[in-house]
Amino acid sequence: MNKLASSRPKTIDLINASLPKRHLSEKLFRSIGLISIMMGLMFLFMLFYGIVSKGYTAFQQTFIQLEMNFDEQLLDPEGTRHRDALSTVDYSGLVKASLGKMFPDVTDRNEKRLLYSLVSTGATYQLRKMVMDKPALIGQAQQVWVPADDEVDMLIKGHVMRDVPETERRLRDVQISWLDQLEAKEKLVLKFNTAFFTNGDSREPELAGIWGALMGSIYTLIVTLILSFPMGVATAIYLEEFAPKNKWTDLIEVNINNLAAVPSIIFGLLGLAVFINFMSFPRSAPLVGGLVLAFMTLPTIIIASRGALKSVPPSIREAALGVGASAMQTVYFHVLPLAIPGILTGTIIGMARALGETAPLLMIGMVAFIVNIPSNIFDPATVLPVQIFLWADSPERAFVERTSAAIMVLLGFLFIMNALAIILRKKFERRW
Amino acid sequence: MSGKSFILAVVLMVSAGSGLTQAARDYISIVGSSTVYPFATVVAETFGKTSGFKTPKIESTGTGGGFKLFCGGIGVEHPDITNASRAIKKSEVDLCAANGIAEAIEVKIGYDGIAIASSKKTEPLQLSRKDLFLALAKNVPDPKGSEKLVPNPYKTWKDVNSKLPNVAIEVLGPPPTSGTRDAFVELAMEGGCKKFDWIAAIEKKDEKQYKAICQTIREDGAYVEAGENDNLILQKLQANPKALGIFGFNFLDQNIDKVQGSVIDGVAPTFDTIADHSYPISRPLFFYVKKAHVGMIPGIKEYLNEFTSEKAWGDNGYLSDRGLIPLPTAERAKVAQTVKQLIAN
Repeated sequence: MNKLASSRPKTIDLINASLPKRHLSEKLFRSIGLISIMMGLMFLFMLFYGIVSKGYTAFQQTFIQLEMNFDEQLLDPEGTRHRDALSTVDYSGLVKASLGKMFPDVTDRNEKRLLYSLVSTGATYQLRKMVMDKPALIGQAQQVWVPADDEVDMLIKGHVMRDVPETERRLRDVQISWLDQLEAKEKLVLKFNTAFFTNGDSREPELAGIWGALMGSIYTLIVTLILSFPMGVATAIYLEEFAPKNKWTDLIEVNINNLAAVPSIIFGLLGLAVFINFMSFPRSAPLVGGLVLAFMTLPTIIIASRGALKSVPPSIREAALGVGASAMQTVYFHVLPLAIPGILTGTIIGMARALGETAPLLMIGMVAFIVNIPSNIFDPATVLPVQIFLWADSPERAFVERTSAAIMVLLGFLFIMNALAIILRKKFERRW
Repeated sequence: MSGKSFILAVVLMVSAGSGLTQAARDYISIVGSSTVYPFATVVAETFGKTSGFKTPKIESTGTGGGFKLFCGGIGVEHPDITNASRAIKKSEVDLCAANGIAEAIEVKIGYDGIAIASSKKTEPLQLSRKDLFLALAKNVPDPKGSEKLVPNPYKTWKDVNSKLPNVAIEVLGPPPTSGTRDAFVELAMEGGCKKFDWIAAIEKKDEKQYKAICQTIREDGAYVEAGENDNLILQKLQANPKALGIFGFNFLDQNIDKVQGSVIDGVAPTFDTIADHSYPISRPLFFYVKKAHVGMIPGIKEYLNEFTSEKAWGDNGYLSDRGLIPLPTAERAKVAQTVKQLIAN
């Protein structure tokens, strides 16, 4: 007996013997998990660092102070103050005269061209707007801050080095010496770049802004929301609460799940074929963009809503039915209010995905250069991610920082939307 | 319930609204080449700010995609102008005609050079078009000298031409959908390919085979398709000084502190060498205007005037600041004159 027992290992010994190995594998698993999370965080940090370090300078812009003399002879020789006359005057002449006065020793024609190119062409439009808004300015003198050209901006911000040979930069030595003189007189400073938030797109980086793309995104998302939310929730309620379980509803369910995994460009092709070619809706309009994105978000909303409805305990339904409520009343007064936080979360996450989408919009002409700010859902418009794509592809150096700045704005909106989803869930969620 | 009436209201709004917008369009709609896009957008913006008309909408669809949309028909839902980095093809003229577009005004706007650029950290390469063909073609003439094709055996530039450095061949360039790629293949590769007499002789016999030989790029990793994003190629060149990148001259011009153009057949890509055609890899750029739309869509005439004005496309115009190589003065005047006459009738 004894012999036998000692030759056969006891269970506890077996367990003890395998203990270090099992502890080790558990440790390994934990550390692998930790490492992968750390790696993920590191990459996220690198991404954010890359974007922020490249983009934060775009929130400032170099301005040059010009001594403006709103010469009546030049602007309005007849003294009529007529709007049409005022709008067609050559305002660039004003800028040139002012720069000429600041640097009186520049007389050569080529040098003058170099001098005038320090100031953005936007200065002309800025002055026109000032005079049109307030004709009383004519005949007066005033200090005006006008945006500097993007080449100047890049030099001041240090994205273009001064010490490279003259042939390898776009600014000549003489231009840099003028800029130094301006800087010494405090007539050249970095200021907050309001144009970036209030302008539409432009090919002059110093005038380019995201307002147009932002409005385009907002109009597109409004269309997406008012189409996909009611339709998605209604579908989810029907399938979850009312539909009989048979082959047909199974088929529909499988298809909805499949649709959620369809690449978004396919929805773009669908939009092109159905809305633009067949129904001849206008190209590049937020209406079509919103419709396409609504298709894309519908499956997300339906699946999230069904999940939320499923998690409402059956006892709620039974109690409602028990006191005599109809099926409809049960759903609308008892089940749906409890499921709403989950539904909203799903919807917001779907919307956030739609906000970041570019591929389907490519097919319906929303990848376009659009300067005018869209004012309704039929105007041609572009959206934030498309604007980022277009700027990333622009040759001018100053668009690099603006691309990153636009990414920061887009990320900001995504953060806000996701935070909203979390807050809503935390605030209204009920647990049983 | 309320959700349903909401949907109904939206549908009604949508159908009513679409009817309205399709009846008229008060802005010019432009599509086409991504090479012309940086120039056309500058003109459009200036036009929008100075003329009182709305700023035209410009989509960057690529030359081929642009013609497809442009030739779709006449009416507000079709674009008015398409930009192109090559002349219109016979098949595209036929497509236009089939859809009732009898007349499209061709406007040549200038030249674009294609740069084979490398990082400033290295010496610029002295390449010939023949070197480029031998380095990048899928099949090349047998290095032993016989008149037959073998799969490209070259690994380094030195293998191609003993005067070149001993550096692995790595070229980052655009994908086949790009007009820049078309032009590179036609001007650089085919230009080098023709230097072999026996291949040039094939052209007369069998043009298809000739094109296949001269225009097929190798797929074994020496040529890397880097997408249509030229900034990406630029960044990769800086990270990898041994690689070469293919992109339009305007990108080189804007980034001369970071990259340099390789010398091709003894000529470096500069503003002047492209303008006088001594730089071999350059091509004309165009846009096409639907004549039936002039007068139907407000502002087309004025847009054309802006584009063909000296302050835009002239020697010192704002387009030359962006890297567009202007046409010779006489040709410019001629094109401007033709445009004026055509839109006047």
